[in-house]
Amino acid sequence: MYAAIVFLPLLGSLVAGLGNRAIGDRPAQLVTCGAMFGSLALSIIAFFDVALGGNPVTIELFTWIASGSMEAAWSLKFDTLTAVMLIVVTGVSTMVHVYSIGYMSHDHSKPRFMSYLSLFTFAMLMLVTADNLVQLFFGWEGVGLASYLLIGFWFHKPSANAAAMKAFIVNRVGDFGFALGIFGTYLLFDTVVLDDIFAAVPEKAAVTMEFLGYEWHAMTVLCLLLFIGAMGKSAQLGLHTWLPDAMEGPTPVSALIHAATMVTAGVFMVARLSPMMEFSETALMVITIVGATTAFFAATVGLCQNDIKRVIAYSTCSQLGYMFFACGVSAYSAAIFHLMTHAFFKALLFLGAGSVIHAMSDEQDMRNMGGIWKHIKLTYIMMWIGSWALVGLPPFAGFFSKDLIIEVAYAKHTGVGDYAFWLGVGAAFMTAFYSWRLLIMTFHGKPRASQEVMSHIHESPSVMTIPLMVLAVGAVLSGWLGYQYFGGDLRQEFWGAAIFVAEGNDTIEGAHHVPLWVKIIPIVVTVAGIGLAYLMYMFMPGLPAKVASSFRPFYLFLLNKWYFDELYDFLFVRPSMKIGRIFWKNGDGAIIDGFGPDGVSLVTRLAAVRAGKMQSGYVYHYAFVMMIGVVAIISWYMLTSGN
Amino acid sequence: MSDWPLLSLVTFLPLAGALFVALTRGEEAQVARNARYVALWTSLITFVISLLIWAGFDPTTADFQFVEKRDWLPDWGIGYHMGVDGISMWFVLLSTLLTPICILASWEAVQKRVKEYMIAFLVLETLMVGMFCALDILVFYIFFEGVLIPMFLIIGVWGGARRVYAAFKFFLYTLLGSVLMLIAILAMYLQAGTTDIPSLMQAGFPAELQTWLWLAFFASFAVKVPMWPVHTWLPDAHVEAPTAGSVILAGVLLKMGGYGFLRFSIPMFPEATEFFTPLVYALSIVAVIYTSLVALVQEDMKKLIAYSSIAHMGFVTIGMFTMTTQGVEGSIFQMLSHGIVSGALFLCVGVVYDRMHTREIAAYGGLVERMPRYALVFMIFTMGSVGLPATSGFVGEFLILMGAFEKSTWLAALAATGLILGAAYMLYLYRRIIFGTLDKEALKKMLDLSPREIAVFAPLIILVFWMGIYPSTFLDMMSVSVDHLISNYKVALGNASVAVAAR
Repeated sequence: MYAAIVFLPLLGSLVAGLGNRAIGDRPAQLVTCGAMFGSLALSIIAFFDVALGGNPVTIELFTWIASGSMEAAWSLKFDTLTAVMLIVVTGVSTMVHVYSIGYMSHDHSKPRFMSYLSLFTFAMLMLVTADNLVQLFFGWEGVGLASYLLIGFWFHKPSANAAAMKAFIVNRVGDFGFALGIFGTYLLFDTVVLDDIFAAVPEKAAVTMEFLGYEWHAMTVLCLLLFIGAMGKSAQLGLHTWLPDAMEGPTPVSALIHAATMVTAGVFMVARLSPMMEFSETALMVITIVGATTAFFAATVGLCQNDIKRVIAYSTCSQLGYMFFACGVSAYSAAIFHLMTHAFFKALLFLGAGSVIHAMSDEQDMRNMGGIWKHIKLTYIMMWIGSWALVGLPPFAGFFSKDLIIEVAYAKHTGVGDYAFWLGVGAAFMTAFYSWRLLIMTFHGKPRASQEVMSHIHESPSVMTIPLMVLAVGAVLSGWLGYQYFGGDLRQEFWGAAIFVAEGNDTIEGAHHVPLWVKIIPIVVTVAGIGLAYLMYMFMPGLPAKVASSFRPFYLFLLNKWYFDELYDFLFVRPSMKIGRIFWKNGDGAIIDGFGPDGVSLVTRLAAVRAGKMQSGYVYHYAFVMMIGVVAIISWYMLTSGN
Repeated sequence: MSDWPLLSLVTFLPLAGALFVALTRGEEAQVARNARYVALWTSLITFVISLLIWAGFDPTTADFQFVEKRDWLPDWGIGYHMGVDGISMWFVLLSTLLTPICILASWEAVQKRVKEYMIAFLVLETLMVGMFCALDILVFYIFFEGVLIPMFLIIGVWGGARRVYAAFKFFLYTLLGSVLMLIAILAMYLQAGTTDIPSLMQAGFPAELQTWLWLAFFASFAVKVPMWPVHTWLPDAHVEAPTAGSVILAGVLLKMGGYGFLRFSIPMFPEATEFFTPLVYALSIVAVIYTSLVALVQEDMKKLIAYSSIAHMGFVTIGMFTMTTQGVEGSIFQMLSHGIVSGALFLCVGVVYDRMHTREIAAYGGLVERMPRYALVFMIFTMGSVGLPATSGFVGEFLILMGAFEKSTWLAALAATGLILGAAYMLYLYRRIIFGTLDKEALKKMLDLSPREIAVFAPLIILVFWMGIYPSTFLDMMSVSVDHLISNYKVALGNASVAVAAR
């Protein structure tokens, strides 16, 4: 029965995708949505049985790759971690499916869109139910493919095509590390099955292995390689460049893939591999630093973006950073907690933004919005709820999960922990600022859109607003409902063996005993950030321009996203093309062919011309050559016989 | 049933078909029609019969099966000896599968000298199958070299504008290797007194001789694979060959090199193999990175796919020389997968070439608008080429890299960059052809895949997913033979080191 959770979306995808011409738009939408509702219902049952009831199961389907001692099966593992992910994935995905019926109502290829969405959901479910690293990799690349297809959904837009390619290739860079991590793990443990690896980790805790010519602590190098994969998928600093561009895709895609589910796969992976990660102090430190830096970096860039979706995209990047540094300080359940609450409120924000974009006739630039809250009140309220949850003010979801993360970083009591704590606090301030900047620029002030656009503004149909309301319920309640299981006293029992925390690394326990100021400071900076946003955008609208012009280089640095794209273009893209051309024209053309077949044939031809010239037809030429020959033979004969 | 000379039947049935085609007389249109049908039916029947080999194959033994042995030149110890093991069987099936697909793909594309074209393909099939079945090195050599002739003609007669240059380059490269291989075969015969392959595997050539023999065989096989830097014939040959010629070239002919390494170089000259393994690694790594970068900047669709073939074959040579179970099985699997995927990619190029008569990438764009089925098919094979899990390409690459990692992490890390570059050049190609706006006038009238074209692609699509989702069908059949190969190799090396120590 649990297998149906995973395969219903695949079925929906195949029916809608391959049968689209035969069955038409509406049935394709119904089939995919119906399959998702079925999958969601079963996921809820599985959650109660597996997570709350404490009955983890693994369903083995059939062998996939078996070569020598390497055996990977298609199999579905259901434990608490999976069950939580199932709820998140199927829940958000179902809402996005329904929402898409309304959002894509003007599009010409609705069945294709629904098919891709369901295909994505299938791959994501395969990812979270993987019981071995190879299947995890399957899901990993599968969601990458779906993401590629969906970002490039509007294939006539060159920018969308470029963004889709970029997403796939940057993710491949991450997958490169992931794949090497799998090979190394297999070499060390002689298996790729997660449970077998976890059982063998303690005895291999101190083993070293050779990698690229150096001898390393084995668990450190393996965890770091696997983490590179997580960085790619979850858009962490260095491999984050694809995520903002991915906003070229339709907005429901941004909500589902680039906010709620796929980008959190990296966090899921680190939590899933916690029994490995816990045995490498260094790897955990690296994860903490990367996570905290990303949280801070992305928040700074989010401060001055003008595209409504890009602001939310950088916000996502930043929130993923929080989740990673929570993992880095061994608070995996806190990371998953934030993953869950974030899925609800970020999907809500994206879908809300989609509703705004839909109302504004596909306008995405906040500089052309403003003054529309009266026209789309419901969307406005939803965006408020989402923002409130995001910045982490009580009593909404973000307050529970984000504050817990900031506290665990402090409770780690190491230099790296403090680094994460302070950057986390800084990012919280900026989160509050850009969230309210978004709200004010979009909804308040004087209308900046054209008369024509303003006259068309309308609230979205209920097929779009109902999913918003469902997600809003999650954004409001999930923190309060989940706290006991993820950060409170019930967590040991709830998680069982799904997450492993080494002795002395239990920072969540420590978080309950931090000083009062640590608990208060996130709220203080958040309120300050909101206040500053009101000051700059509501009460003194001239201020932002002044700030921007007086700190111009700094502003441009942030506006251009720290120039990462330009740097990569300069370092990788252009040189690859250039070297490729040199290899082709000079390497293959001039050198190999020049000295190879072309050269040989040229020499042969020249030699033939020479040989041809020798046959002059003059008798005295021949006679002369004959004379030389005779002389040579006689001399040779005399010399040899003389001895 | 079991006493039937099944291998000879599969080998020579296409030849009989070719004779039949040759005998047809009459009006040109009538002859062409008959030739097409006879060729198609002959190759289909051959394929069905070849499935019997698979059905009757016993995967629990590494011995050669379906063995046929007749005296030919008994005084010289040369015999007609045929048989297959878990490795060669798959290549026989690959050849018999691709031939009918090629004939179907040329149904409308080839309009002149149809009779001769079909004869060339059927003869080619005989030679390919014979080569994979041969268990006598002289018989092998005859088939191995014979394959060149119909291929040379297919490129030279039915090829594009620069076909003569391409055919000449193809011939020049392969000829050099062939001559050296013939000399090596003579040397082996003089040393061992037999041309029987299973006996030669037991012969145990002296170490000094092994080096020279290995190099001579390497000269021939490396050109066929093709390995860097003797690869430049391939892009030209592919570009000028007709579509079906490219399919066979990429699908089967490139595998002759890899198969040769597995059948001759590694089992017969283990010490030399051990000695030269770093060289093979180095050339393969260069091939993967160098040709991937070259593929990135190509402006001709066929050239791009040809360069990608070289990169993929670089993986193959890495895998088989690791001599680990995963590496060798992966490399065989990768060869089969590449045969399907790159064959299919050339067919994809053929589809638009037949309509537009240009291979220039810039001439296309936005095809998905008018040709959604074609876009889907092309996407599936693009993903197969990129090595997405659940397609055949993944299993091979994954196992090869796994084997490589065991031998050297540098090797695996450098080869794995091919995963990134592969995604880059294939997606870049796909984007330029399929995506974008359909604004070129000439493209607006293009029709989507015809039923005949769907029939061509359908079996290949099924195989790509079958091999990707349930590769055990293939891996289980080859595992005993591969283990046998590896353990013999290790034993031979062990003996050699004992001999050195005793000296």
